[in-house]
Amino acid sequence: MKFNALLRRTPEWMQTSGPHRDIVITSRIRLARNLEGELFPGWAKKEGRFEVLAKLLPHLNSLPEFQDAFIEDMGDLDQIKKQVLVEKHLISREQAAKSAGSAAIINPEQSISIMVNEEDHLRIQSIRSGLDLTQAFAVLDRLDTELSTRVTYAFDAQLGFLTACPTNLGTGMRASAMLHLPALVLSDSMNQVISAVQKIGLAVRGLYGEGTEALANLFQISNQHTLGENELDIIARLEKVIEQIINHERNARAKLLQDDPNRINDHLGRAYAILRHAHILESKEAFNHLSMLRMGSDTGLLPVELGKLLDTVLVEIQPAHLQIASQKKLTAPERDVMRAQMLREKLQQLPEPRLL
Amino acid sequence: MQMPVDLKPQQMRYIPPDTPFRHPSPSMQCDVCQQNPATVFLTQILKGELQKVNLCEACSKAKGVTDPTGFALAEMLWGLGTTDTSEVARERICPACKLSQSIFRKSGRLGCSMCYQTFRESINHLLKAMHKGVQHTGKTPAKWEPPAPAVAAPAPDPPVNRLHDLQLSLQLAVDGEQYEEAARLRDEIKREESS
Ligand SMILES: [Zn+2]
Ligand SMILES: [Zn+2]
Repeated sequence: MKFNALLRRTPEWMQTSGPHRDIVITSRIRLARNLEGELFPGWAKKEGRFEVLAKLLPHLNSLPEFQDAFIEDMGDLDQIKKQVLVEKHLISREQAAKSAGSAAIINPEQSISIMVNEEDHLRIQSIRSGLDLTQAFAVLDRLDTELSTRVTYAFDAQLGFLTACPTNLGTGMRASAMLHLPALVLSDSMNQVISAVQKIGLAVRGLYGEGTEALANLFQISNQHTLGENELDIIARLEKVIEQIINHERNARAKLLQDDPNRINDHLGRAYAILRHAHILESKEAFNHLSMLRMGSDTGLLPVELGKLLDTVLVEIQPAHLQIASQKKLTAPERDVMRAQMLREKLQQLPEPRLL
Repeated sequence: MQMPVDLKPQQMRYIPPDTPFRHPSPSMQCDVCQQNPATVFLTQILKGELQKVNLCEACSKAKGVTDPTGFALAEMLWGLGTTDTSEVARERICPACKLSQSIFRKSGRLGCSMCYQTFRESINHLLKAMHKGVQHTGKTPAKWEPPAPAVAAPAPDPPVNRLHDLQLSLQLAVDGEQYEEAARLRDEIKREESS
């Protein structure tokens, strides 16, 4: 599968509706694995990385999940294409910074992707709509077990899967969910939630992982510990916490709608007016208005179908996607113009929000 | 212990430290410190028999290998673990990938799976703060088999006696100039002492 074909195809998670889809955008699982007897990618020489890649590719290619997959070496992708994959959450920012000898393999549905020679030899990821970590893990578990019959993983009875960074030892598993929490932010409760979540050993991050801003009121919640607890226990604990956060968000939305209708009307009205009529839009401003429209759609003040359109738009207004769409390199001010234009077009048919 | 007097290194070969990594092989490890990768490979003819020693750069200097006439293989083997604790012991280096403890400290990343053996102690300290537990309880790879329990049969001798036996065996091996066996026993003694 070529890059353009991948780009044209809508990812499976955008077309389906998993549990709690109004608040949980996606669930993701990633497993870190390494081959026994090979240096970890960060310490290996170039030839060593190529050797590992050559060893792994035939096995990955023959997996049923990767029939007609997109397979590309980082050395063969330009900066913009790599960035597009980052914006789609299919590869990491760390991998995008790598060159030849590091490869990405993505299934056509864009539900499973593998990074070869990122920080570890293998980073296997699955992504699903809504809160569905158990199923996201089941998909990877099967694939991972199959792979482990073909290659020899670096594994230790005490430490579990051996990873380049000791923070990933044990299961090598990072489970995370992307939550849309506008009402908790608007009611100033988000900091409380974050500190409570961190206290029980979970991590909260922004849209693009570590150290990134919480754009569009989107937060990623994930496990921090990987050793000392098995995969299903980690997932069960995480899902329980996320379900509590979902309840808090639902309550906060209900409370806002009831106690402060003018504020909601104002936020929605501004978001609607600006996204439909602005000609210059920075991504941060666009993101935050889109977040308001999404909350409007989730609470019945805007059409429900808007939700899916917004998920698509949220990805498409990002810098690399804009540049690919316009087929040229754009300066930041040019992107802001283009972003506004795209949003005006996409939201042309949008009816005015119902007033509270 | 007597010193062999007719020692003369016949051949010395130096392999630069950036030799590309191959699969970890125990013979590549320094015979003296048991930590650093061996870069000096020495062959001596001792009373008509070939003796081989692999040394790291630091140990080869410490043992005076740079001055071949002043170097004695047997002395080196005997002197171990007793008085001579050379500088090299302080900076651990993974024998398989040559990552040093200081690089690990700086980057927080390991070089290969063997590093987890090399730096086990320092990593074990980290684990408690980093994770929920220190024992993996999740899935295991399909092909993986748990290592067989070390000695399942009769309980080993009390450690004191065993150490004593080993030391005696070493003495005998050295007297009989069985240096390979002596080196092996020396390693076992080291392990016994540290366990
Ligand atoms: Zn040495
Ligand atoms: Zn190593």
